[in-house]
Amino acid sequence: METNLCVAGFGGQGVMTLGKFLASAACDATDKNVTFFPSYGAEQRGGTANCFVVISDGMIGAPLGDVMDDLIVMNGPSLSKFLKTLKPGGTLFINSSIVDEKDVDRDDVKLVKAPVTELALEMGNAKVLNVIMLGVYVGYTEVVPPKVVWDTIEHKLGKKPKLLPLNKAAFEKGLELGRAQR
Amino acid sequence: MARVLMKGCEAIAEAAVRAGCRFFAGYPITPQNEIPEYFARRMPEVGGTFVQGESEVASVNMVYGAAAAGTRSMTSSSSPGIALKSEGISYCAAARIPMVYANISRGGPGVGAIQPAQQDYFQATKASGNGGFEMLVLAPSTVQEAVDLTYAAFDYADRDRNPVLILADGVIGTMMEPVELPPMKSDEEIAAIKASKAAWACTGHQLDYANRSWIQPGQWDTVKMQQENEKAAALYASWEKDVQVEEYLVEDAEVVIAAYGVSARIGKSVVDLCRAAGKKAGLIRPITVHPFPYAAFDHINYSVCKAVLDVEMSIPAQLAQDVRMGVKGRCPVETCLCSGGNIMSREAVLRAVDAILDK
Repeated sequence: METNLCVAGFGGQGVMTLGKFLASAACDATDKNVTFFPSYGAEQRGGTANCFVVISDGMIGAPLGDVMDDLIVMNGPSLSKFLKTLKPGGTLFINSSIVDEKDVDRDDVKLVKAPVTELALEMGNAKVLNVIMLGVYVGYTEVVPPKVVWDTIEHKLGKKPKLLPLNKAAFEKGLELGRAQR
Repeated sequence: MARVLMKGCEAIAEAAVRAGCRFFAGYPITPQNEIPEYFARRMPEVGGTFVQGESEVASVNMVYGAAAAGTRSMTSSSSPGIALKSEGISYCAAARIPMVYANISRGGPGVGAIQPAQQDYFQATKASGNGGFEMLVLAPSTVQEAVDLTYAAFDYADRDRNPVLILADGVIGTMMEPVELPPMKSDEEIAAIKASKAAWACTGHQLDYANRSWIQPGQWDTVKMQQENEKAAALYASWEKDVQVEEYLVEDAEVVIAAYGVSARIGKSVVDLCRAAGKKAGLIRPITVHPFPYAAFDHINYSVCKAVLDVEMSIPAQLAQDVRMGVKGRCPVETCLCSGGNIMSREAVLRAVDAILDK
């Protein structure tokens, strides 16, 4: 069993961090193989950024495939760039605050919607949109147990404990949204 | 030993620290900046020295000096930066100075592209500077292997009194993967390594002429120069024992993929996909790209093998020349190539394998 995930969005949306949290959780708490591969050129803030996470029971060949099992898009440009890489029957996660569902011009993929930009603003910090989306992804796929992912986030944010309650709430909000759409 | 998720560049730097590397000098270039960045943070913790040189040339010559003083030393760069270091590398080879350097290679020639590529194969394996010197060149295809080979590289360098090159591509350098790190050499072990070099290194000598250290990147005396080159040639000839290669499902293969570094791990996943579909593919992966594992190609069953498929992120093909020398005309050598910072796709390799099998 191998899961290929691509996470794509604007620079500054925490796309890399989302991927790294997931890869770290898989490394720390499972005996699966995992790779994280960041892809960026000479990007600036506002440019696009994307990363690839592969989680597998077997050996991992390419750390970035050309066919994705799962795709998380945090902004419109990423949808037009990456939707074609999603395999038939794959799962598309969209930030429905700024990605228009009508632009998803495929009916052979599963769609999971989460208005993470709005939700993050409602929670009082726009930066946690990636943690909400990570919750959505883990809640929907359970590729790694949610508890393990939270332990990783908690560990990584260890130096900034005052951010923990907000991130915990954000992650749980995402889990709830993801589970509801299973 | 617990595994940790590490970026290739950082893992290489940590492996070097654990092997006893206590001097690093480098100059920034993508995609290897995490190596100097990591050393900058880590060296002060272990009593080592990190220097960001004013250029690649300065950095490699600082390593030349530090290694000549008996300290395990390292530098790193990426393709165009490695080219700038070639003078210093050649001097280290001429003076028989043990040092380790890493090329996290990117697109080329020229300033090329900042994305991963394997365009430096000839430079790495045939001529990393003037004068026809040779080095062990180690090509990891996973982050774990990058760690293990870097750790071993310092032992090889000291054993041979010769530079060792870690040839990794930008994918191996920038990807994160779980690794188990090797043990940290103690201060006593590191001091003993340095002391063992006292016969030749500038570790502090009396002023009497006979016992002084001479670090000489050349000889004015033509007879001595020839003798030095003969000694070096004898060393290079002894490396047959150091050849490392992975042979995967080669015996009955109808197509054998030949690849190193990131292309090899992609090739191996293609072999698995083929085997699952009943297609007989195999893989030969040089781990030492110099000395090259020519003998591995004698293990192919040429009565069933339709072709060897050279897979590399270089246009024109470079590895293919060594593959042809191994195959010796016993079957065709086809190529599957990409370049310019584009990363080899599994589907492209699959298509190339199918094209050979369908012939």
